[in-house]
Amino acid sequence: MMRWVSLAAVAALIGAVAATPARANEEIALPHQNWSFAGPFGTFDRAAAQRGFQVYKEVCSACHSMKLAYYRDLTGIGLSEAQIAAVAASVTVPDTDDDGAAIDRPALPSDHFRSPFANEKAARAANNGAAPPDLSLIIKARDGGADYLYALLTGFSAAPSTMKMGDGMNYNKYYPGNQIGMVAPLSEGRVTYADGTPASVNQMAKDVTTFLAYISEPETEMRKALGVKVVLFFLLMTCVTYAVKRKIWADVDH
Amino acid sequence: MAGLHKSDIENPVINWIDSRLPIFTMLQKEYGVFPTPKNFNYFWNFGALAMITLMIMIATGIFLAMNYTAHTSMAFDSVQRIMRDVNYGWLIRYVHANGASMFFLVVYIHMFRGLYYGSYKAPRELLWILGVVILLIMMGTAFFGYVLPWGQMSYWGATVITNLFSAIPLVGEPIVTWLWGGFSVANPTLNRFFALHYLLPFVLIGVIFLHVAALHVTGSNNPLGIDVKGPQDTLPFHPYYTIKDSVGLCLFLAIFAYVVFFAPNFFGAADNEIPANPLVTPAEIVPEWYLLPFYAILRSVPSKLGGVLMMFGSIGLLFLVPWLDTSPVRSCKFRPVYRWFLGLLVVACVVLGAVGAHRPEGIWVLLGRLGTIYYFLHFLVILPVLGKLERPLPLPESISKAVLPRGGGPLPSGAAAKPMEKA
Repeated sequence: MMRWVSLAAVAALIGAVAATPARANEEIALPHQNWSFAGPFGTFDRAAAQRGFQVYKEVCSACHSMKLAYYRDLTGIGLSEAQIAAVAASVTVPDTDDDGAAIDRPALPSDHFRSPFANEKAARAANNGAAPPDLSLIIKARDGGADYLYALLTGFSAAPSTMKMGDGMNYNKYYPGNQIGMVAPLSEGRVTYADGTPASVNQMAKDVTTFLAYISEPETEMRKALGVKVVLFFLLMTCVTYAVKRKIWADVDH
Repeated sequence: MAGLHKSDIENPVINWIDSRLPIFTMLQKEYGVFPTPKNFNYFWNFGALAMITLMIMIATGIFLAMNYTAHTSMAFDSVQRIMRDVNYGWLIRYVHANGASMFFLVVYIHMFRGLYYGSYKAPRELLWILGVVILLIMMGTAFFGYVLPWGQMSYWGATVITNLFSAIPLVGEPIVTWLWGGFSVANPTLNRFFALHYLLPFVLIGVIFLHVAALHVTGSNNPLGIDVKGPQDTLPFHPYYTIKDSVGLCLFLAIFAYVVFFAPNFFGAADNEIPANPLVTPAEIVPEWYLLPFYAILRSVPSKLGGVLMMFGSIGLLFLVPWLDTSPVRSCKFRPVYRWFLGLLVVACVVLGAVGAHRPEGIWVLLGRLGTIYYFLHFLVILPVLGKLERPLPLPESISKAVLPRGGGPLPSGAAAKPMEKA
């Protein structure tokens, strides 16, 4: 029976999918967090994302670029145009003037986020040989996504005495190989939140992860909202066409 | 009038065209009244689904190409520009990227449908062979397409796959250099892959045209695997199968849309969101899921050339299936033993897929070898030998006539013993 073949295929497929996480390295499991943007109806927690932007601006951006994102993208976390213009104007970006001379001018909302280093070599030279990765896509570019980033940011500790650390390297429970070039970036009260939220390490990690999840996939909310309509439409059409099919086939002996 | 086709169409404008170029008559003959076995189940949806998926791929692909830049220094960023700045660019790209997975899913089901119901047997051998050619072209197209976003997996996947040709004795290395257009995967490689990725789908259309043309000569197989005996066994394609295909299509699009909107990166690799870097090799280089079984066969053979030959052989073998199967009975409904072996083949393919996703160590090496051995054993030994040994169940007289008593599951409704009420 075709049914048996299908059943065998489904069973084997389930087995294969269940066994697949082993592909993502044999490391300790990432603790799962409840993210506001998870699930088919998830949206970005605007307050968390704005606090996360503050963490990015005051901490991460000292070393990490985010060059695929524009200042105007901040509309998606609830900033007004005036606020965005002010954020952009607070930094200068390299340009040329009308005479072709190199200048630094205040950034516009249409500019990409300013990179902290002129190029990768400069980033490498300033960071003990390890260039800090660009954060534009960081949530999509790591297995585990938001859970991984949160775990990484909160996973710093002293190295176990049995472990021989490389020069200038730091111990992190969740980093592949456990030796990471980045120094623990967050510490209690590292930023002062405008909304009075206590700036614990976990809070900052959660906020900046929310912000970077937005930056990695700015289309998320639009995508999910449209998706609900499209999927429901096709399910409805399945029912309608099935009814029509029954009607057309009603007088066929089959 | 001499030289003009005698058209039955009443509309004068269409009649005028049809008399000179009888495309309307042809459509009516091939898709309107085309006699189709009346007992298709929903597995016969998948040919139409594959066709529509190809149309979706070409439509989205053309719009992606308008916004994509095939240069190593710009390809990655241009894809991100599509995702962030092009209106609904994320939608077009996610439909295209996940469409590849849906296309292979549909085609693999279509192929196993053909294997289960013996659709490859005489007189449909050429139809099957053209199908295997389609699969090969699809694999090439998918591989070229995966390179275009120029992420880490794109780059290293291209490096690994093109390097397979270096296993060829003597001329292997020069061939690889020739494929690359240089001494490593670089800008000339990306450019030619883009050109080929745009070209091959149109080649695919040509081969699919032949596939469908061959189908319309022999007519469709059916779940009973017996020949159509007369008009009482068939229905006109329209409206009976246009509507039945529409049901499957709507459900398929609902599933497709679910993936695109809610799990668009499910089939993707995180490493491909990192720009290609020739100096950093990813921890694991893994192809897309639809190529994993073949990748597993490649790695199961402890010899580079042997692995490459076995991998290509596993697809090449499919060309011979019509002659490897010696059973006179088409449908597995009447092959009580073979159906279990075919089920085992499905399991072997899925296991090989899982093996391909894992590092070749521990249990995975053994599973990979077992899967590979079964795959070849199935086609080279079981298929020819079992056809001679197996005692098939009695075949029904015709699609619309009574089915003789037989063991196993319930009777297919299409074979119910009732006279035709509608001619």
